[in-house]
Amino acid sequence: MILSMKWLSDFVDCEDIEIKDYCDRMTDTGSKVESYTLLGSEIENVRVGRIVKIERHPDAERLVVCQVDCGEKTLQVITAATNVFEGAYVPVCYCPQDEKRISKLATGAQIKSGKLRGLISEGMFCSIEELGLTTHDMPGAATDGILILNDTVPCKSGDDIVDVLMMRDRAVEFEITPNRPDCLSVIGLARESAASFGRELKIPSPTVTEAGDDVRNYIDIEIKDTEKCFRYSARVIKNVKIAPSPLWMRMRLRASGVRPINNIVDITNYVMLEYGQPMHAFDYKCLDGKHIEVRTAGEKETFLTLDGQSRELDADMLVIADGKKPVGIAGVMGGANSEITEDTATVVFESAMFLGSSVRVTAKKLGMRTDASSRFEKGLDTENTVPALERACELVTLLGAGEVVSGMIDIYPEKKQTATVPFEPEKINRFLGIHLSAEKMTEILESLHFAVRDGQVYVPSYRDDVRCMNDVAEEVVRIYGYNEIESGSIVAAMTQGGLTDRQKFTDDVHGLLCGFGLDEIYTYSFMSAKLYDKAGLAPDDARRRSVEILNPFGEDSKTMRTTAIPSMLETLEINCNKGAEKAALYEMARVFLPRENVVTNIHGLAGTLPDERIKIMIGLYGTGDFYRLKGMCEAIFRYAGAEVKFTRETSNPTFHPGRCAVVTSADGMRLGILGELHPTVVRNYTFAAPVCLAELDMENLFAVSDRKKTYHPLPKFPSVTRDFSFVCEEQVTVGEIEDAMRASGVSLIENIVFFDVYRGAQLGAGKKSVSFSVSLRSADHTLTVEEADRAAAKILRGVERALGITIRQ
Amino acid sequence: MKELLESIRKKAMEEIAQSEDPEALRIRYLGKKGELTAVLRGMGSVPPEERPVIGALANDIREQIEAALAAKAEEKKEKELAHKLEAEALDVTIPGTACAVGRRHPLAQTENMLRDIFIGMGFSVAEGPEVEYDYYNFEALNLPKNHPARDTQDTFYITDNILLRSQTSPVQVRTMEVQKPPIRVISPGRVYRADPADATHSPIFHQVEGLVVDKGITMGDLKGILELFAKRMFGKETKIRFRPHHFPFTEPSAEVDVSCFVCGGKGCRLCKGEGWIEILGAGMVHPFVLSNCGIDPEVYSGFAFGMGIERIAMTRLGIDDMRLLYENDVRFLHQF
Repeated sequence: MILSMKWLSDFVDCEDIEIKDYCDRMTDTGSKVESYTLLGSEIENVRVGRIVKIERHPDAERLVVCQVDCGEKTLQVITAATNVFEGAYVPVCYCPQDEKRISKLATGAQIKSGKLRGLISEGMFCSIEELGLTTHDMPGAATDGILILNDTVPCKSGDDIVDVLMMRDRAVEFEITPNRPDCLSVIGLARESAASFGRELKIPSPTVTEAGDDVRNYIDIEIKDTEKCFRYSARVIKNVKIAPSPLWMRMRLRASGVRPINNIVDITNYVMLEYGQPMHAFDYKCLDGKHIEVRTAGEKETFLTLDGQSRELDADMLVIADGKKPVGIAGVMGGANSEITEDTATVVFESAMFLGSSVRVTAKKLGMRTDASSRFEKGLDTENTVPALERACELVTLLGAGEVVSGMIDIYPEKKQTATVPFEPEKINRFLGIHLSAEKMTEILESLHFAVRDGQVYVPSYRDDVRCMNDVAEEVVRIYGYNEIESGSIVAAMTQGGLTDRQKFTDDVHGLLCGFGLDEIYTYSFMSAKLYDKAGLAPDDARRRSVEILNPFGEDSKTMRTTAIPSMLETLEINCNKGAEKAALYEMARVFLPRENVVTNIHGLAGTLPDERIKIMIGLYGTGDFYRLKGMCEAIFRYAGAEVKFTRETSNPTFHPGRCAVVTSADGMRLGILGELHPTVVRNYTFAAPVCLAELDMENLFAVSDRKKTYHPLPKFPSVTRDFSFVCEEQVTVGEIEDAMRASGVSLIENIVFFDVYRGAQLGAGKKSVSFSVSLRSADHTLTVEEADRAAAKILRGVERALGITIRQ
Repeated sequence: MKELLESIRKKAMEEIAQSEDPEALRIRYLGKKGELTAVLRGMGSVPPEERPVIGALANDIREQIEAALAAKAEEKKEKELAHKLEAEALDVTIPGTACAVGRRHPLAQTENMLRDIFIGMGFSVAEGPEVEYDYYNFEALNLPKNHPARDTQDTFYITDNILLRSQTSPVQVRTMEVQKPPIRVISPGRVYRADPADATHSPIFHQVEGLVVDKGITMGDLKGILELFAKRMFGKETKIRFRPHHFPFTEPSAEVDVSCFVCGGKGCRLCKGEGWIEILGAGMVHPFVLSNCGIDPEVYSGFAFGMGIERIAMTRLGIDDMRLLYENDVRFLHQF
């Protein structure tokens, strides 16, 4: 909402207040000011001049030399304009040769005196464009010549053009919150201004000059849907003379950001801005059957709106119709079929009240938010339709735009009840933590036009937002001053703050990952489904079934991810493309898995929310290999105290079939997958070095973590270490040998550490040697050499029995 | 005899002081055939009454020489050690063995700062789903369907009544449904709004909201908590300012500014000359919201507040484009 301060002064006198102070105080009392503009200040030193004499320029065919009477001085101005004449009053940049004046124009241009083809020119004549105006603001003005002021506005030589054209104003732009539609009007903001500055508010009642005849001879009106239309007030104007509205009205509309059109349309806009009540004007001759009804549209009924667009309506939409056809979409836009035109002779003014949510849904469905609809949808004051209508008729007479037919039609099936709220000053003080007397509160509420009596607060009809004690408290404190509230400290029961075990564990894992040298990334949770292909997911992969956004920006951001791998790959690729030689990244990424079964919720809401899980996503590019990645994963599991098992995975198409493992817990719960990116998948990206990825499930990791750690006594007796090197076929895995050693039945085994794999000619093709260091320890004595030897022999027998392999001789 | 002894003392001490080889001097003076030993052997020619005096002198000289020799030997050892250490010296300007350091994302760092401040004030941390029912995100918060205030949050929908949460407030509703007062929680998390990404907008961003519900909670308490928070977060001198605003789920509602921590309120580039930076929304929980969650607004009152983590991170760290936070360029991440 842009407020013209000149317009405001019709209702409350704030002219003497510095604009900055005005804006600050209004913001402090709840009408937030976005910005303000000093209108007319962009133009400097432009005056009215009367052209006294025009002569041809001796040295230029297209130029003329004008002598211009500018009041105190007569200037010589050279121009190429062709629409000037002797006796013309024109805007002239006032730059006398003997003064060092500079003129500034709305275009940003700066003018000073200078020579044109040898002759001095002490200024320049201005077009409307140079004054920042259009032909809407100055109807009939030349678009390709100088603005001629004769017969346009009264003026005399030497007048400041900004004042002559009534352009000087202060425009304040407010951000009005949706609960205060009453403030989307000059009068609404005048009420706020009066209360904020303690000034007198004067809202004159409009006086309508009726010209006889009877409105009932012209039209009858019926509200067929009283659920969606609460009130419909109308008057008829006859002998209409369509013309431009006067300069003062055009300039107020312009200052408010509205384009002037003609007197009738301008009156409807002017009243909307002043009273906050959207109005509509129909051309009476286009209404069939002297009848207006408010009804819902027929299904698939089409309708051409004022903006020239054909609209398809449905049975939920409210329309204004005549005897035969719709002539307007209620509260949204009128129809082209009843538009005010140059030859309109009789006009019906509509001032009505429609159900906000209905207007909102209609406007949304039709994709046409208008100034009117955005007001209606917030809920307007039903009591305001008649004053607004009367004001419009008053303006008709004032502007000489037509004659007001006697009588008004006002269909108002159910008078609106105004709200009352108990007046509880003590409770308000306690709630806000302030100490105001009941008298002071009453004074504040009354300044906002609430009535306070008999322990009740009577809410004005335009303040539907005030319904309970909290609302009244806000009214009091916003005028008293939010910053007058003293800061307190909560006096209440102790609360046990802090993190849960799960949250602490997550923090610890973050610490580990950063300790590995990984940088944390944040990526979008939605993505393109094409990234599933790019990351190599099989066509029948269950993870392709994703939660999808109904109204995404586009296909690229429609799919809620079910795996964090695509986001990681994209991020690695971005870094690679930017020239990073390496990147080691991780994300605690939330994924969204659609649920197979319907899960009910306590409110019986329809639909089931997806299973949201956190994935620990690690990505390495140009740094480290499978084993580095595996080392990180092992460290996480070791920290969590979880026994896990790595098993080779050959059938996940994202990963290299020979360099991929799944991790499971001791009882078989799947914890994640890790491996090197499949060479075919690598080709979908621009990577120049191998990429390794791990995706671990945070919830499952937490589930298997050991959170009840207890002390085990430290060993009292020394351990004995024996090294073994087994020679085996290539396909035998280190894991299998280790398992076989553990399964050999030697209870003294404390730890088995793999330390080398060796391949060489002397072993023969397809063979390798795998070395382990085994520590043996007894809890109750120092092992003898014989005991250690026996244990070692038993381990060897066990491995030989299980795998048929033996140590390197 | 006496003169002879004194001359040996003088000569020995001089030689020891110069010597590189104290062992050789020991032999020369104190050895079996040493000079001092030779003199003592000639004690027989000294008259008996002088012998004790001469003997004492000779012993004194012997001790002195021995001590000097020992000191010299010690000095030599030290020299040798110093030599050895010097030979082992490293070029300390050669870079150390690389030890990678990973960093939390700047948004995570900021969230942790916020979180720790509120935990210190007795808050716990509540979490909730990002794909959420319309009921929790809007309806329970006094934003019925077709309410115009929904326009301030362009929302992504999954179905008619399931959406991507546009605020973390649904977590407050979920908390109040299962926990009775006293309640003191914050809910940090990711939220979604259909704003295309540009320097100051992102369709995905993060908030921290807080909720306190108990008997006798006042708007003064809200100011108190936020003032404490602002001082911890932005510095001891920080002031806060409340401006009236409207949120459907709080009444009264306020926008909260903190005094600019760069210029201290004088006006600078960061605060655009205002001296204040808008950082929070807050208010007293609307009675409709309390009763929706089964909490009697006649008995309990509460306040709620919320802030954007991106905005705070960007202000603190001087980041001028929000897209950088989601691009994850390692050169960017390594700066924090």
